[in-house]
Amino acid sequence: MPNDHDHDHHHDHEHGSELSEMQLRVRALETILTEKGHVDPAALDSIIETYETKIGPHIGAQVVAKAWADPEFREALLADASKAISQLGLQQKVGDHLIAVENTPTTHNMIVCTLCSCYPWDLLGLPPAWYKSAPYRSRTVKEPRKVLADFGVTLPNETKVRVWDSTAETRFIVLPMRPAETEGWSEEKLASLVTRDSMIGTGFPKAANEATA
Amino acid sequence: MNGVHDMGGMDGFGKVAPDLHEVPFHAEWQARSFALNRVMGSAGEWNIDVGRYWIETLPPAVYLSSSYYRKWFLRLERLCLDRGLVSEAELASGRSGGPGRPLKRQPLSGSQAGAAVSRPNHDQPPRAPAVFTVGQKVRTRKIHPRSHTRLPRFARGHVGTIERIQGCHTFPDAMVEKGIKQGEWLYTVVFDGRELWGPDAEDGTSVSIEAFEPYLEPA
Repeated sequence: MPNDHDHDHHHDHEHGSELSEMQLRVRALETILTEKGHVDPAALDSIIETYETKIGPHIGAQVVAKAWADPEFREALLADASKAISQLGLQQKVGDHLIAVENTPTTHNMIVCTLCSCYPWDLLGLPPAWYKSAPYRSRTVKEPRKVLADFGVTLPNETKVRVWDSTAETRFIVLPMRPAETEGWSEEKLASLVTRDSMIGTGFPKAANEATA
Repeated sequence: MNGVHDMGGMDGFGKVAPDLHEVPFHAEWQARSFALNRVMGSAGEWNIDVGRYWIETLPPAVYLSSSYYRKWFLRLERLCLDRGLVSEAELASGRSGGPGRPLKRQPLSGSQAGAAVSRPNHDQPPRAPAVFTVGQKVRTRKIHPRSHTRLPRFARGHVGTIERIQGCHTFPDAMVEKGIKQGEWLYTVVFDGRELWGPDAEDGTSVSIEAFEPYLEPA
C-alpha cells in the first residue's frame, strides 16, 4: 500500500502573482522533471494541442455516419471496431479493443466507467466532466432511466436499457439509430447529426431538419 | 480494494449535471498535469494499472473532494516520490536538486509527441483455453482483495451470462499485486437489473461488466 504523500506545500507567491495552489504544485513538478531531463516541454505542448484541437467527437461522428451509409462497414464495425476504423485511414491512430454497440428499436445502450473514467478517447476526445463525476458513475448502473432523465431523454418503457461498465481495457462506443428522413444523404451531412452524447448513450442524434452540413 | 472509487450503485451524489461550457481543460494547470502524466506514463516506471491503483489509494476524503485532474496530479506526485524521481525537498523548493536517475524507457519527447500518444494493446498469449463459453451462466466470485481489482463491488456474488469473449488480456490484479503481466481471458458478463438490485431495479434494464476469468465460477 503506497504511503500518502498528499501533503500541502506552502509556497510563497513569487513575483507577486496570484497563483493557485494547483498552479504552483504542477509548475513545481514540471520544472523539476524538466530540469532533470525527464520531461521535454515541447512534448507537453504537443500532447495538449492534440487533445485540444485534433482528437474529439468529430472522429466518432465520421465513423457513425459511415456505418449508417455503408452496410458493409457497419457489419465490419460491429464485428471488430478497431480493425474496421483503422482501415478508414483517419489521421489519428485508434487503439485496440474498441467495441461498437448498436442501438435498435428495442435496446438502448449506455456507456459508463464505475471504477474510474474509462472512455473511448481515440474516438470522442477527452470525456466531459459529467462522465467523470460521482453522480454519473454511481447511478448509471442502478437507475439508468433516471440518469437519462437528467439529460432530458425519455425512452419508451418497452425499450430495454443496456449499460456497459468499462471495467477493463475494452472501450465502447454506441452506434445510435439513424434519424428518419435521411435517405441518400452524404456521410458528411449524416455526420453533422451525430452528437457526442449519442455515442455515449445519454442522447440521440439530431433530427434531419437540424443538419448543418 | 473496497475504496470510494468503486462507485457503482452508491446513492446520494445527486443529479448528473451536463456542462454548459465544455472545454477540454478548465485551467492551464489541468492541461499541464494531464500532459505530464502522459509523458511520465511513457517512461516505463509504472503502467496503467499501477497508475489507477495510486489514484484509488488517495485518502477517501481527498478522492471525493478533488477534481479529476487534481487526482491525476496527486497520483503523479506520489508516484514520482515513491519511485525516487523527485524528493520532498525538491517539491518544496520547486527546483531540481541534481541530475535525475535513468528512466526505464525514454519518455515521449519532441513536437510530435501528441501524435505518438495512443492506447496500448493489452493482449497476452493465453496460458490455457477459455474456461467459459458464450451463453453460459456464471457467478462472479465473492472477493474483497485489499489490492487492486477491476471487479466492482456491485457485481460480486451475482449470476450473469457470458455474452462475449474479448480475448486474453493483461490481468490488472496480478499486475499491481505481483508486478507480473499475467494473461487471463476476458469476458463480457451481463446481469439482469433484478439480479443486481432486486426489487429496486428499474424495469427492463441490464448491466454488463468486463470480467477476467479469475473473477468467475460456473453458476
